[in-house]
Amino acid sequence: MITIPYLTALTTYFSYGLLFAFGQFRDFFRKIFDWWHASNLQGYAPICLGLEDFYIRRLYLRIQDCFGRPICSPPDAWFDVVERVSNDNNKTLKRTTKVSRCLNLGSYNYLGFAASDEYCTPRVIESLKKYSASTCSPRVDGGTTSIHMELEECVANFVGKPAAIVTGMGYVTNSAILPVLIGKGGLIISDSLNHNSIVNGARGSGATIRVFQHNTPSHLEKVLREHIAEGQPRTHRPWKKIIVIVEGIYSMEGELCQLPEIVTICKKYKAYVYLDEAHSIGAVGKTGRGVCELLGVDTADVDIMMGTFTKSFGSCGGYIAGSKELIEYLKYTCPAHLYATSISPPAAQQIISAIQVILGEDGSSRGAQKLARIRENSNFFRSELQKMGFEVLGDNDSPVMPIMLYNPAKIPAFSRECLRQNVAVVTVAFPATPLLLARARICISAAHSREDLNKALEVISRVGDLIGIKYFPAEPQKQQLEENRVKLE
Amino acid sequence: MDTTISVFTNMLRDASDWVTWISEAPFARAVVFGVNIGGHLFVEGLLLVVILFLLSQKSYKPPKRPLTKKEIDELCDEWVPEPLIPTITDEMKSEPPVLESAAGPHTTVNGKEVVNFTSANYLGLLGNEKLLETCTSALEKYGVGSCGPRGFYGTIDVHLDCEARIAKFLGTPDSILYSYGLSTMFSAIPAFCKKGDVIVADEGVHWGIQNGLQLSRSTIIYFKHNDMESLRNTLEKVTQENKRAKKLRRYIVVEAVYQNSGQIAPLDEIIKLKEKYRFRVLLDESNSLGVLGSSGKGLTEYYNVPVDKIDIITAAMGHALATEGGFCTGSTRVIEHQRLSSSGYVFSASLPPYLASAAIKAFDILEENPDLITKLRENINILLKGLQDIQGLEIVSDPLSPIVFLRLKKSTGSSKSDLKLLEDIADRVLKEYSVFIVTSKRSTLDKCNLPVGLRLFVSAGHSESDLEKASESLKRVAASLFDRSELAEGTVYHR
Repeated sequence: MITIPYLTALTTYFSYGLLFAFGQFRDFFRKIFDWWHASNLQGYAPICLGLEDFYIRRLYLRIQDCFGRPICSPPDAWFDVVERVSNDNNKTLKRTTKVSRCLNLGSYNYLGFAASDEYCTPRVIESLKKYSASTCSPRVDGGTTSIHMELEECVANFVGKPAAIVTGMGYVTNSAILPVLIGKGGLIISDSLNHNSIVNGARGSGATIRVFQHNTPSHLEKVLREHIAEGQPRTHRPWKKIIVIVEGIYSMEGELCQLPEIVTICKKYKAYVYLDEAHSIGAVGKTGRGVCELLGVDTADVDIMMGTFTKSFGSCGGYIAGSKELIEYLKYTCPAHLYATSISPPAAQQIISAIQVILGEDGSSRGAQKLARIRENSNFFRSELQKMGFEVLGDNDSPVMPIMLYNPAKIPAFSRECLRQNVAVVTVAFPATPLLLARARICISAAHSREDLNKALEVISRVGDLIGIKYFPAEPQKQQLEENRVKLE
Repeated sequence: MDTTISVFTNMLRDASDWVTWISEAPFARAVVFGVNIGGHLFVEGLLLVVILFLLSQKSYKPPKRPLTKKEIDELCDEWVPEPLIPTITDEMKSEPPVLESAAGPHTTVNGKEVVNFTSANYLGLLGNEKLLETCTSALEKYGVGSCGPRGFYGTIDVHLDCEARIAKFLGTPDSILYSYGLSTMFSAIPAFCKKGDVIVADEGVHWGIQNGLQLSRSTIIYFKHNDMESLRNTLEKVTQENKRAKKLRRYIVVEAVYQNSGQIAPLDEIIKLKEKYRFRVLLDESNSLGVLGSSGKGLTEYYNVPVDKIDIITAAMGHALATEGGFCTGSTRVIEHQRLSSSGYVFSASLPPYLASAAIKAFDILEENPDLITKLRENINILLKGLQDIQGLEIVSDPLSPIVFLRLKKSTGSSKSDLKLLEDIADRVLKEYSVFIVTSKRSTLDKCNLPVGLRLFVSAGHSESDLEKASESLKRVAASLFDRSELAEGTVYHR
């Protein structure tokens, strides 16, 4: 749970209140102005409306330059950020030809497969020549090439499940497969901070959706007991089935899922477990096999394992791994398998090659080194940030670490100031987080060297002092302590 | 009788005595602050006090007896969930043929070279040397994935170039790239339609659109497939019935070339209706981009409709452009709105950069070689001519559609058995004649009820002999199958 200091909460509310008031004030005059010009809608209702539109126009556009910064190189440890200028108060941004070389703390390049790789890239290009960039056909028609078959087998082996199905996009994996598994009369119990793709998939399924407190097994148990006893709303018939959906690493919190406890509870109450390993597969665990390996959970206890290839593997697409029957059924009726163009063969090859490197099948120990590196890097960076007095969320071993900012003005301040000092960070605000809990998110990669991390820490510390986000007292450094002791003696 | 009346009058008298007693009681004549409290005022006051007293009392509720811990335990023990998936039957097990080379007009299945009619590679760009070169250099420069959503350093310069290229090609102000064709529609629709809005959609739209409609939670009314009369009636009804309709956002959702039937939406009439009833139009150009119109700009060019009449155009790039991903194009306002409100754009990693550069190149090739479109049109004509007198099957697709859609003349009774029969045909055509065609398979989630059929995706890369081979083999298989089945029916009848 995040606890906010009262004063910070108050100033954050005040800032948003001020922004809102100014926005409304400007809208008021805009309306008069527009009325003068006569509306040109001609009987149509406005296409964008409501608070959402207001938020975009009056809040988001002010700090638009902090998001969607274009780059013109691969998202490796260092990358080239294209500078943009605005001539109309940030309403539109124009690319310039100027670039600045920045340290990349934003991309999900956990294992450093984003840039071209000595092992993967030649194989990818080879498969491009053999299979072309696309199949122009869904898997079930003419979109299954031998590379797709190889990929599915490779993924199933890597994850530790009998079979797997692969789609061309991670988001679609969740949103198109949940409706196949569950429908009316079923119950989905979802973690309160689950990703939007899960939320959309659950909505699309027509099942009843209930939420349990983020990563709290005891509350999950309470919800399960309550709903099994109650049955379906109004009719009180027993539920057809219950699926509990959790994520391996929560991307906005950096927290690891309390999987062992959750699995035990689900087993006790006969609910199926759906684990989304979008951020954890490849990034954590001794051999990169995700949270199950890290937390010692038998993969047989997780009914549906989902993950994506966009992060650790530096490719695109997603997978579902499960029992042979489950995959057969999904292949028979899942819309992503029946209607969507199959995953691009070179992207599939990238995944296969990346898994081979991770498992050491390429004949080198690069994979093991990468995995050790990301763990060391993450733990080092996290502990250093905590020592400096930042409010850092998340658990050890997780490569995602959010730093709390709270005040809306600190979002652009942190982002712009870091960028000026050649460190590219991601800042996240409403609607991706609750209104009060704006944060900066740092993603550590195995591609970062110790010097890179030290530079980043230096810059972040300096910027942190400047804008006042060190909400905790800094831990005095060891050296200083020893110095004090000498003096005392 | 008399006694009851007398009892009643007695009661009345008693009551009136009470009232007079109360109203004549000394305190009832009291004067408070100069106001003479008459008897009736006093009675009314008393009533008010009684009413207030009654109102303040809680209404009666049966006592709640929550389930005890033991009862809940028992219920939890007793509950038996359904299996996660239904039992697997044999028909679910069918595996598609595995290609051993690129999915171009000619490909390899089981070591045999076959003519491929399953790939929506309309312009034959799949395997194009220039495209491969572009992809290779992009792969060397950027790697494969973008490792982040567009908002968080997942925007690579080629994405912006590609968006500008699409807008330039179609003549629209702006466009937005999605990382997957299927996600384009189901993200774009909910970004503009919310609860309460009205959407009139064709009943034949593909699943991506259906899902978008469902996620938008708007009021959805389907009209008969490609039937303008039905559309007019629906629009009329919606406008008449709903007095608030003027204040709601109203949309017509159609596909340019329907994936489920190969028919082409009559855009000129849709525009007339749209303007009459003041609806906005969402058009999916997935199968018409690069196909219809003299320079391949799609349905708008074909009907000579200015592109700004259509409010939102979407398309998948996994067809004619021979790459992957999708895009949405329209006015700057429509596009900018999606950059923060469209879930598939905001919450998903961006398109791999090599696929974006491939798309740019594909547009370049298309602009330089408009003869590809004429070649495709000729090929469609050759195939249609070849299939003219096929037995047992009829062509339902439009003569201009690159998807040649054949359905059974006489349904066998259920779409399941129809599909089985059609799959047999496709299997035999592949095994006996090395021509790879497919049926229109449906997911159990798909709400489309149009009859199933055989689909042939024609490409500009097919040679005349390929097309003749396809029509010949299909005709032969159909002839042997339908002759025999008709004969069989006959024998049963005579017996």
